[in-house]
Amino acid sequence: MKIVIIDYGAGNIQSIKFALQRLDFEATLTANAEEIRQADKVIFPGVGEASSAMKKLKSTGLDQLIPLLTQPVLGICLGMQLMCLHTEEGNTTGLKIFNTIIKRFSNQVKVPQIGWNQISELESNLFNEIAENEFMYLVHSFYAESCPEMIAQTHYELDYASALRKNNFYGVQFHPEKSSKAGEKILDNFLKLEGRT
Amino acid sequence: MLTKRITPCLDIKNGRTVKGINFLDLRDAGDPVELAEFYAKNGADELVFLDISATEEKRKTLVNLVLQVAEKVNIPFTVGGGISSVKDVDVLLQCGADKVSINSSAVKRPELINELSAKFGNQCVVVAIDAKQIDGEWIVHLVGGKEATKLHLFTWAKEVEKRGAGEILFTSMNHDGTKNGFANEALSRLSQELNIPIIASGGAGTKEHFSAAFKEGKADAALAASVFHFKEIAIPDLKRFLSKEGILVRK
Repeated sequence: MKIVIIDYGAGNIQSIKFALQRLDFEATLTANAEEIRQADKVIFPGVGEASSAMKKLKSTGLDQLIPLLTQPVLGICLGMQLMCLHTEEGNTTGLKIFNTIIKRFSNQVKVPQIGWNQISELESNLFNEIAENEFMYLVHSFYAESCPEMIAQTHYELDYASALRKNNFYGVQFHPEKSSKAGEKILDNFLKLEGRT
Repeated sequence: MLTKRITPCLDIKNGRTVKGINFLDLRDAGDPVELAEFYAKNGADELVFLDISATEEKRKTLVNLVLQVAEKVNIPFTVGGGISSVKDVDVLLQCGADKVSINSSAVKRPELINELSAKFGNQCVVVAIDAKQIDGEWIVHLVGGKEATKLHLFTWAKEVEKRGAGEILFTSMNHDGTKNGFANEALSRLSQELNIPIIASGGAGTKEHFSAAFKEGKADAALAASVFHFKEIAIPDLKRFLSKEGILVRK
């Protein structure tokens, strides 16, 4: 199985590579359109700021490529947020894959949210053998509004979408690569998804 | 709901754990990677590695260590000690560290916080503040409490938040090493005056101390070293205790 991690300079790729290694998979870091198109699984990572990340995607044409992919694609953290319609961070237009928007937590709570929180209302093969209310590691200041594409929900200030799915596209706000055994199981579930749309 | 974090801290010198590690059941108690794996398996929520190597040359072994930890450990970790530039941080994050902690370099050149936050995002910038209460005033200290600055804890903490720190790791020099509990009054004031998470450090001796740091000190995370290293407190027991006390923790 060919797994690629989309390379657009969005930090902390190493942790994802190591997590896959612990599951006995190797991943290639690439920005090459053909290599990404032909891969069996695509991971779209992201740590950092939305508008500069989107600029990098645009400068390489990846913003055009990603929404057209047909194999299972997993956006993680900022990767997931960039797959939505719009984010308040840097007033950035997203890739418009998921039909929801990204907003900032208010100052009623500490921002960023850092630490372990629960995922519930789980609704996808991505969460096979994952218990309702399992703990995941999250670190973020912006969140996805609840929407019909939500496949997991988390509460911090309000209920928000901590995972999304539309056809072959999956997005998670939490970091499965840093979320202990349960996180590794979610990555493993993703790698077991079959077929193209 | 977001849970309170329990954070073991490992002091590293020349790539080895120091400070009386007492793990008889580990093959090599001085191996930080093995110790980190042990803590991760036992329910630690994150780890902090603090490099106390004396020279720049020896600090280079830290990068290797970070790579090894990232390879083996499946929970987040922070690296601190001697970090003073954007380049230092870039290397550590690329090797798999989740956050970096800066201390004296931030006091000497506060712009570093802005630079790191702009380049890597505030979520990975922890500013560590060591402070000592002298005649009622909390004064920021450097070099493990040896060198006093002119900065006051609360004004400095607000400044680092404004400059883009994502989290504050506050160590009370009055409490550190005493095992008499955390500086809950100062912690609680920090937590109320700031809008970023606060990690409590210095003074952990009993399970009750952790409970108080969360309840009275309103801390978001509590860090300790020797109580864990000497097995005075086992993390699973601590979490059961906190849970009974009504504190949300990851099980």
